[in-house]
Formats: sequence, C-alpha cells, structure tokens
Amino acid sequence: MELVKCDGLIKNYGLKKALSGVTFSLPAGKITGLLGPNGSGKTTLIKILGGLLTADGGTVAIGGNSPGVETKKIVSYLPERTYFSSAVKVKETLDFFEAFYEDFELERAEEMLKSLQISDKSKISELSKGNREKLQLVLVMSRRAKLYLLDEPMGGVDPAARDFILRTILKNYAEDASVVISTHLIQDVEKVLDDVIFLKEGNICLKQSVDELREKEKKSVDALFREVFQC
Amino acid sequence: MKWNFTDDLPIYQQIMDVIRQGIASGELMAGERLPSVRELALEAEVNPNTMQKALAELEREGLLYSKRTSGRFVSETQEVRNALKKELADGYVSDFLEKMEKLGYGKKEIIALIQEREDGKWS
Repeated sequence: MELVKCDGLIKNYGLKKALSGVTFSLPAGKITGLLGPNGSGKTTLIKILGGLLTADGGTVAIGGNSPGVETKKIVSYLPERTYFSSAVKVKETLDFFEAFYEDFELERAEEMLKSLQISDKSKISELSKGNREKLQLVLVMSRRAKLYLLDEPMGGVDPAARDFILRTILKNYAEDASVVISTHLIQDVEKVLDDVIFLKEGNICLKQSVDELREKEKKSVDALFREVFQC
Repeated sequence: MKWNFTDDLPIYQQIMDVIRQGIASGELMAGERLPSVRELALEAEVNPNTMQKALAELEREGLLYSKRTSGRFVSETQEVRNALKKELADGYVSDFLEKMEKLGYGKKEIIALIQEREDGKWS
C-alpha cells in the first residue's frame, strides 16, 4: 500500500512554474531524499504534501486522503525555518505540541531535550540558532507520525549537530513510517536514505534506490548529483 | 567495529565487509549475539533497511544465523569462519601483488623481499 501518491502535480507562482507535472509514490517504511538545487521545487512539493499549499493541478493522496485535517494527523512537518515566537519558553512549545497533536509523546521529547541540555525553562530567545533548530526537530520527531516531512533539517548547523540530527531521525521514526528529507547537503544524508528523488526545474529527473544507483553508476549520490546539476 | 564508507560501492556491501572483517579478526566471536538491526543501524548511522539487507545477505552466506525469538548470532561453524579468513587473506595478497607489480616487481623479487623480512634484515 502506497503511503503517498502524487499524480501530475502542478504549481505556479504567477508566471513562474514551480512544479510542472510531478508524479511519484512513496511506500511506507522508507527514507527518501528529495534532492535538487535551490529553486527546483523541493519546498513547494513538501508544502503541498504538508497541506500548507494547494496544487494548481494534479492530485495528492496521503494514506488515501487529500491533504487536510485527516492527513495532518499523520504528517509531521519540519519547516525550513523555525516558527516559534521568541518570547515563549521551551516548556510552552512542548505544551503546545502536546495539546495540538494526539500522537505527540511528551516524555520522548523531554528526554531528548535533557540529553541536549536544553532546559524547558529557557526562553526561545535564549537558545542559539543551532539549539532552536534541534528543539524544532525534537518536537517534530516526538510525534508517532506516519509521514515525516523534513525540509532542510540540517540547514545551518555544524557537523556535530548534523550527526545529532541524523541519529534523532534514525532513532525515532517507526518502522512502518516514512521520512522525506529535502536537502542539498547530500553527502551528509546519503547513508541514511533508501531512495532518492532528483528534482530539476519542477520535474522529477531521477527516482531510484541508493543501492541500485551506487551499484550501477559506481559512484555516490553526491557525485551523481554534481554531474546532473553541473552549472 | 569501524564504520567508514566510501563512494564507489553500495553501503550494504560495505557493511557486509565490515562485519566479515569483524568475524575474521575475532572481534565478533563465534556464537556471539549481534545487537538489533536498529541498534546496529544507529551505531553505523545508516538506514535500518540497509543494515537489514546486509545482515540478511551475510545470513545467506552462512556467516550469521538467526533464532526466531532471540536474535542474530555469529556462525559457530569453524569451516565457515576459516573459509572467510582464507577469502579475506587471498584478497589482501591479490591487492598487495597488484601494487607491487605496478612498482615493477616480479613475483620472485617479491618473494625475496618477503624472505628478507622473514630473516629479520628489515625488522
């Protein structure tokens, strides 16, 4: 049973075509890398899956439903930028998630924050940029979701934090859940991916398993990416 | 075990090599119980499906076996482990010979060099 099914997705911003007919499906239990240069449509696609944007054409189904209330119950979304008000405390963001999402596991989140030595009494404004991003990831990964949509989870963090982020993702998704990670830092995520989707100017130009790709091309996804998107 | 991955081979094959190496060197003992797929995946920081694939392949080769409820274990069959050791050793010798031949050494010269080492001239 496919967890995600997209058929002919189109999205335009005015005259600019962001997605021009994207068709793919994702099974349950896989980690997929959504890879492409800036402006290739990664964030647009993730936002459509997350129900934050509506497509201009085509269909999306997640667990059989179009994006909406039902899908938001099973989709956990990590936006490119954190959205917490800097005036609130860490504890209040936990309470918010606890109240908002049925599948949120407070204990799991508290444990991870403890290991990061982030106090729940801290104000968001007191956290470093890296810690704010980690907090956001902790919240997102503490849900027992069916689909995690992670938009650039390793955006602006240092290499040690990247390791933390990868481990947090690996440790927390359930075996029957799927994860979509959009990134252009391919080298860092390559070894945790089952499959990759290359997006180029709003179209899918490659969808393959990482093992097959390495076997066939005798090179890493990162190296292939550099070839495909050579400027 | 050390988990470093290169670019030119599928990750699951590289995981298989690391575990083979561990068994041959005795770091993984005969009959030893392996951590769960998920634990190993975390340790190596790889996808659990990739780890599962590598372990399943090693099981097919007879180097690992699983008991339905208690997990995966390193083979206790001495022949299997000896064969593995021999296979790895042959591989190293081939690599070595290839490198030496690239330097222009013939087989006899190579053997003479090894003999010198054996006689303690270099040590």
